[in-house]
Amino acid sequence: MSLLEIDRLGLRHGLLEAVRDLSLRVAEGETVALVGANGAGKTTLLRAIAGAHRPSSGVLSFDGTDITRMAAHRRVRLGIALVPEGRRLFPALTVEENLLVAAQAGRAGRWTLETVIEAFPMLARLRRQRAATLSGGEQQATAIARALVTNPRLLLLDEVSLGLAPLAVDAVYESLARVIEEGATIVLVEQDLSRAMNVADRVVCMLEGRIVLEGARGELRREQITDAYFGLRRAGSVDA
Amino acid sequence: MTWVNDVVQGVMLGGFYGLLACGLALMFGLMRIINLAHGDLAVLGAYLVYLLLEHWHTSPFLAFLPVLPAMLLIGYVLQRVLLERSLRSGLLVPLLTTFGLSIVIQNLLDQGFSPDDRSLGASAGGVATASWQITSQLSIPAIGALTLGVAIVIFGGLQLFLSRTRAGRQMRATAQDPDTAELVGINSRAIYARATAIAVAIAAIGGVFLAIRSSFTPYSGPTYLIFAFEAVVIGGLGSSLWATLAGGIVLGIAQTIGGQINPEYPVLAGHIVFLVVLASPRGGLLNLRRATA
Amino acid sequence: MRDAREGSGPPAISRWTRLSAGFTTGFGGLIVALIFVPALGAGVVQDMTGLLILVLMAVMWNALAGYGGLISIGQQAYIGLGAYSTVWMCNHGANPFLAMVLATLFCGAVSIPLSFLLLRFRGAQFAIGTWVLAEALAIWVSFDNALGAGTGTSLLQLDTYAPGPREHYIYWLTLGMTVVFLGALFVLLRSRLGSSLQAIRDDEEAAASVGVRVVAGKRILFMLAATGAGAAGAMTLANTLFIEPNSIFSVNYTALMIFMVLVGGLGTFEGPIIGAIVLYFVQHQFGNDGVWYFVGLGGTAILFALLLPRGVWGALEERTGLRCMPLGYRVARSATPVPPAQEPA
Repeated sequence: MSLLEIDRLGLRHGLLEAVRDLSLRVAEGETVALVGANGAGKTTLLRAIAGAHRPSSGVLSFDGTDITRMAAHRRVRLGIALVPEGRRLFPALTVEENLLVAAQAGRAGRWTLETVIEAFPMLARLRRQRAATLSGGEQQATAIARALVTNPRLLLLDEVSLGLAPLAVDAVYESLARVIEEGATIVLVEQDLSRAMNVADRVVCMLEGRIVLEGARGELRREQITDAYFGLRRAGSVDA
Repeated sequence: MTWVNDVVQGVMLGGFYGLLACGLALMFGLMRIINLAHGDLAVLGAYLVYLLLEHWHTSPFLAFLPVLPAMLLIGYVLQRVLLERSLRSGLLVPLLTTFGLSIVIQNLLDQGFSPDDRSLGASAGGVATASWQITSQLSIPAIGALTLGVAIVIFGGLQLFLSRTRAGRQMRATAQDPDTAELVGINSRAIYARATAIAVAIAAIGGVFLAIRSSFTPYSGPTYLIFAFEAVVIGGLGSSLWATLAGGIVLGIAQTIGGQINPEYPVLAGHIVFLVVLASPRGGLLNLRRATA
Repeated sequence: MRDAREGSGPPAISRWTRLSAGFTTGFGGLIVALIFVPALGAGVVQDMTGLLILVLMAVMWNALAGYGGLISIGQQAYIGLGAYSTVWMCNHGANPFLAMVLATLFCGAVSIPLSFLLLRFRGAQFAIGTWVLAEALAIWVSFDNALGAGTGTSLLQLDTYAPGPREHYIYWLTLGMTVVFLGALFVLLRSRLGSSLQAIRDDEEAAASVGVRVVAGKRILFMLAATGAGAAGAMTLANTLFIEPNSIFSVNYTALMIFMVLVGGLGTFEGPIIGAIVLYFVQHQFGNDGVWYFVGLGGTAILFALLLPRGVWGALEERTGLRCMPLGYRVARSATPVPPAQEPA
């Protein structure tokens, strides 16, 4: 049984359909990369899994429990954590307070304030600094640490490379690699196709709210993904 | 040297206004709710104490002890039943709800207690009338010092609560980003309810002092509401609660000095100082942002 | 993407629909009919004047809050100012009815410098600023003995008119004022300002970034609302003959305005009018005073806030999609197909 089951999910922004009739399964321990152009519905989908966006249709199940109507803060208790697009740290709180607030609201487990700072050593000297004064890379590390400290079973990452210098992105993915090695289940949205293909077990490409291509690592060629990404039809392919 | 006395009296009056404004600032800072029933809730607290004192002859401060949990409960219920729903429809609707509530409270109090003037000054005994004569021109009334002292303790306590405790940290996080707060496991609705409970309870404490310092009727709420608002805005909509106490003190001093110039002027003087502060470049003493929404 | 062959011609933009044309004609007819109300007798005339004043207050408050996004809890400043400046002008020899008109314009003029003070703010600071201003004005007026100080004053100069005709003239002037202000708001909303205001309401920064003059737009609304409230104040004085600072500058007027607009429908043109009619009936059914009247008013406000926050008209518009006043735009594609040569390759 999959850890996360998404069944014919529909998500709206007002009258606009952001996600249509989407079905997806994520097994425990898998790393799934969601790719697609802006407006494809990736962020909306992650937010819906985390509980920040109410579905208009469909069913969401986590470890067998129907969470479609469950409040976001209760999903954190179940073990779902989202690192939101744009980091969204609490600006006037210090790094330590950002982590503490999540640690005390989340689940118990191997990730505590101290162990998470060990895993992200750059945070050690930043503990007492206000989150708003951090650089992009530092903020990203804090945001991931904040999600980790709730000891999630499913970690959702929304565009962690956005607005970061390449070196900073490398550092972020290094830390992620360790978390992945330990068997975490991850769904990540990533604009950088190479990174996505490197880190994921499975790549899912979305376009205008639907999944247009899906395949395991090694199954898909880069050109296939690019075509699906832009919704291009090459000569000889079947008209939709 | 009577101006020294004026300033001292003004500071103590400011403590009173700060106390009245504290809950208002908390609710606005956390939820962007302008609680137009805040003054009436303070008056409600005073009436509940009055009610107890009709059967139990003691000081208002002791009589307040059972009223405190009642007011906490009232605040909690107010948030969960009324304000939570109103918030979902936008920021204008809570204005209507709290306005409606204000009218309902005033008129139910009128119905229950009659519109006559009442005061808790007599029951407070010596505290209401005693004062310390420091010099021939400077005297410190006991009730003023007590109000200021209580205000400082409450502001300090609340500030400590917000910065050092887990619940306080959650409240600050929710105030800064309620959406993300939910995503890290904070139950924002429970936080809001807790905050309103605290705000209403503090308002009631202010109400008790209000009732001791002067007389009150069911319709006294709006008079003090506007002073509380002025204190909040003069202080500036910054991130520190102390700004509200500072704003209250500025208002208190303005009113006291205005009253010295002419006994008819205190309230007007306060309004003028408010408008001057509003017109100033920063729009408030500790404003962090110029035109907040 | 679907390729709509039918209706792929150039878009046609229309402002009128059959419904809005019919509605507007009907509205115009109603106004004409209202001119003849004095024929119905003395009691009715005074009541109708009162109703029109409520409509004026509600529409003007909605102009500021619903279309401008500016919640004022101090419009009573202009109500009081309109009333008291009428008294002042009459004390200095002006004809009462002329004074009422001039007082209205005076309120508009006063609002200009005030707008520079207040429009720097939004939200709570704006709201409380307006309230304090009203309170300060009330206290200031109460110091003026020539204006009756704290005990109040009357418009004695109206005694030169016999009671019957006097009420008719007051009614017609009120009707005229109400029509003028409704018309002004309508014209404003149909103009470019109307779309600008919608943009400002939705996202001020984005609006400014595409060249919408945000503060100028708000200032026009601010002035209109102030002038209208001034008119309401002058007519209230005329209709009730006696005013005192505590009541004419009372924040209760704001309570009534909020009630009317939120019950009727914030941000709609027709809503405040409906809200005024509802309030009028509540006042006449349950008496204008007394504790239970106010409890009922407050309770109704709370119920509407919880259950019908968009108001009667807002909910109606939402359910049916009807737009009775021609304030929007309709975009429709004509049925002319595009010739094949022009299609993209």
